[in-house]
Amino acid sequence: MKPKTLYDKLIDSHVVKTLDGDCHVLLYIDRHIVNEYTSPQAFSGLREQDRAVWRPGTTLAVVDHVNSTEPERVDFALDEAGANQMRYLADNCEKYGIELFDLLDKRQGIEHVVAPEQGLVLPGMVIAAGDSHTTTYGALGAFGFGIGTSEIEHLLATQTLVYKRLKTMRVTISGALGFGVTSKDLIMTVIRKVGSSGATGYVMEFAGSTISDLSVEARMTICNMAVEAGARGAYMAPDDKVFDYLKNKPRAPKGPLWSQALVKWRELKTDDGAAFDKEVELDASAIEPMVSWGISPDQAAGISGSVPSVENASGRVDKIAIEKAQKYMGLSPGTQFDDIPITHAFIGSCTNSRIEDLRQVAEVLDGRRVADGVRAIIVPGSSMVRQQAEAEGLATIFKTAGFEWRQSGCSLCLAMNADVLKPGERCASSTNRNFEGRQGTGARTHLMSPAMVAAAAVTGRLTDVRKLVRSQ
Amino acid sequence: MEPFETVSGIAAPMLDANIDTDVIMPKQFLLGVDRKGLDRGVFHDQRFLPDGQLNPDFVLNKPKHKGATFLLTGPNFGCGSSREHAVWGLKQMGIRALIGTSFAGIFFDNCMKNGILAAKIDENELKKLSEVIEKNPGVPLTVDLSQQKISVADNLELTFDIDRLRKDTLLMGLDPISATLQHKQDILNFEKRHLHENPWLAD
Repeated sequence: MKPKTLYDKLIDSHVVKTLDGDCHVLLYIDRHIVNEYTSPQAFSGLREQDRAVWRPGTTLAVVDHVNSTEPERVDFALDEAGANQMRYLADNCEKYGIELFDLLDKRQGIEHVVAPEQGLVLPGMVIAAGDSHTTTYGALGAFGFGIGTSEIEHLLATQTLVYKRLKTMRVTISGALGFGVTSKDLIMTVIRKVGSSGATGYVMEFAGSTISDLSVEARMTICNMAVEAGARGAYMAPDDKVFDYLKNKPRAPKGPLWSQALVKWRELKTDDGAAFDKEVELDASAIEPMVSWGISPDQAAGISGSVPSVENASGRVDKIAIEKAQKYMGLSPGTQFDDIPITHAFIGSCTNSRIEDLRQVAEVLDGRRVADGVRAIIVPGSSMVRQQAEAEGLATIFKTAGFEWRQSGCSLCLAMNADVLKPGERCASSTNRNFEGRQGTGARTHLMSPAMVAAAAVTGRLTDVRKLVRSQ
Repeated sequence: MEPFETVSGIAAPMLDANIDTDVIMPKQFLLGVDRKGLDRGVFHDQRFLPDGQLNPDFVLNKPKHKGATFLLTGPNFGCGSSREHAVWGLKQMGIRALIGTSFAGIFFDNCMKNGILAAKIDENELKKLSEVIEKNPGVPLTVDLSQQKISVADNLELTFDIDRLRKDTLLMGLDPISATLQHKQDILNFEKRHLHENPWLAD
C-alpha cells in the first residue's frame, strides 16, 4: 500500500463523499467550537431558513472575544454591543441545545485554551471553528482549521464542510533549543523562514526531535501560529506526552473507551516513505529569542539584531513592505532591538497564556518590578489557568512585580473589548499578530515569547531575557 | 446569493503584500449580530482621517478609483483573522471581484460564499494589468467568469484558472447548504459507521 501522510489519514477517515475530480470532498467534522463574535450571523441564517443543528452535542460555545477581562469578573460586557453578542449566543445555545461556557462558568476562557484543557480535543479528530487559530489543535494529533461564518452555518446544519485537500509541507526540526529559547521563538523562526504566505495552500506537519522534546502546551504554540505562515492547518503525530496530557481531562474518554481509543491513536503517524509536496528543515540549536519589528509576523529577527535596512530586501515587493513597516512602527533602520522602549507589556492570547507560559513569566518577574512608565497586563488563557496560577503562587509574583492580574479572555490580542492601545503606544506582546491597528488604531506591536515580554516589562525596552535569568 | 456572470467596472490597485483582515475590517465593526453597516468599516482606519473625513490620499478615495468594482491585490491578500465581516463589507461597498497573485485560505473561501470572485493571476500579468489601469484612468475592466477572462477595452486580455466547483457556485449563486443536504443520507450513513468505529466520539 502506498505510504500515507498523517494528513491523508486524518482526511481520508472523514470523507463522507468525494464531490469531484478536483480534490473536493464532503468532510465530516467531529468537533466545532463557536464564539460570540463570528457565530451570530450563522445562527441567524439557520433561523431564517428554519434549519436544525445537525448534531448539537459536537459543538461547544465559549465567550472569549468581547468580554471584559477586568480583575473583578462580572457577567456582562462593558459595552452594549458586546453584551448583545453574548446574549444572542446564549439564546442560540438554548434554542439549539448547544453547551455554553458563559462568563461566570469556571471553565470559561479562550476557546483554543479551553477545548484542549477540557479534553474536548482528541487525537484523530477533525475540528473546525470560526477562528483562524483553530490550527492549535494539531498539537494533539487532531486536525483543526479556521472557517468563516458562512461555513459555521454550513457546519451547524450539515455536520460537514465542502473541503479541498491541501498540499503538504513537512517542517523537520532537530537540535536542542538553547537556554531561554521557547517554542514561540521556534515558530517565529519558521514563519520568518517560510514567509507569511509561504504555506498558503498547504498544511504543515511538524516533526523531528525538537518537537518530540517539547511539552504539549509548547507544541500548541507552534500549531497555533502556523496560520501566520499561511497554513490552513498544522499538526504533529500524537505521542505519549499527548496521551498523558489527555488522560485525566474531564471530557476525555474513560475506562475501556480510553484503552480502545489509545490503540487507534497510536497509529496516527505519517508512514515511512510518505511523500510531502515540500520539505523544510531547521536546526533549533541556532535559534535565539525572537522579536518582531514590523507589521507582518515574518518581519522578525533574533533579539541581538537590529531593524533591517531596505538594502537587505529580497525584491521590490519586500522593499516596499519593509519601508511601510518601518514607517508604521516608527523605527529607523539599524536601531538595535534592545534600544526600543515600550509603553505596554501584554501576556495572554491563545498562543501563549497557558500555565507553563505563566510559570516562565513568574521566573523572570520573581523579585523584580515593572519599569516606570510601562503598563503591564497578564490575561490568563482560561479561568482554570487563572485558578491554577493563583494556587501555585504565581499570581502573587505577578501582582508584586506590578502586573495587572486579569480575568480570562482574548483581550489585547485583538482589542475587541475595552483593552485597546492608543496611537503610537508600543507593546511587547506574547500574541500572534503584529498587524497595523491590531491592538488599537496606530498602536505598535512587537511579538515575542511570554518570558521575553516579562523581560521587556522590567527593563522598559526590548530585552534579551537571557540577561535577566541565568542558566542553572 | 447574487450570481457572478460577466461584470464590468473600474478597478483600484492595492498591491501591498499581506493586507490583512484587521486592516480590511477593523475590530470596532465586529460587534454586530447582523451584517449591516459594514461598508463603513472597510479599510476604515485608512479610508478616513481621525476627524471622520475621507482621507484624500487613500486609493479608493481618489477620483479615478472611486466606486471601484474590482481591486487588484498584492500577495497574501486577506491574511489573518477568519472574520467574514471583511468580505461582507467589501461586497456592501460594491466590490465584485479581487484580482491578485495570492489570497489567504479562509478569506478566499469566504469570498466565494458571498459571490465575490477571487481570481488568481501571475505576477507579470498583474503588473501589466495595473499599468494599463494606471495609464487609462477610469477605463472599465470586464470579468467574464464563464470564459475565465479579464479584459480591459482593447488593451489587454488575460485568462485565469478557477476550479469547477467554485466557478459553478459563483455562476449560479448556489446555496451550498441546500446542495450539501442533498447528500443527507450519505452523511447519516457515514456518521453511523464513524461513531461505531470510534465510539469515544459519540455524544
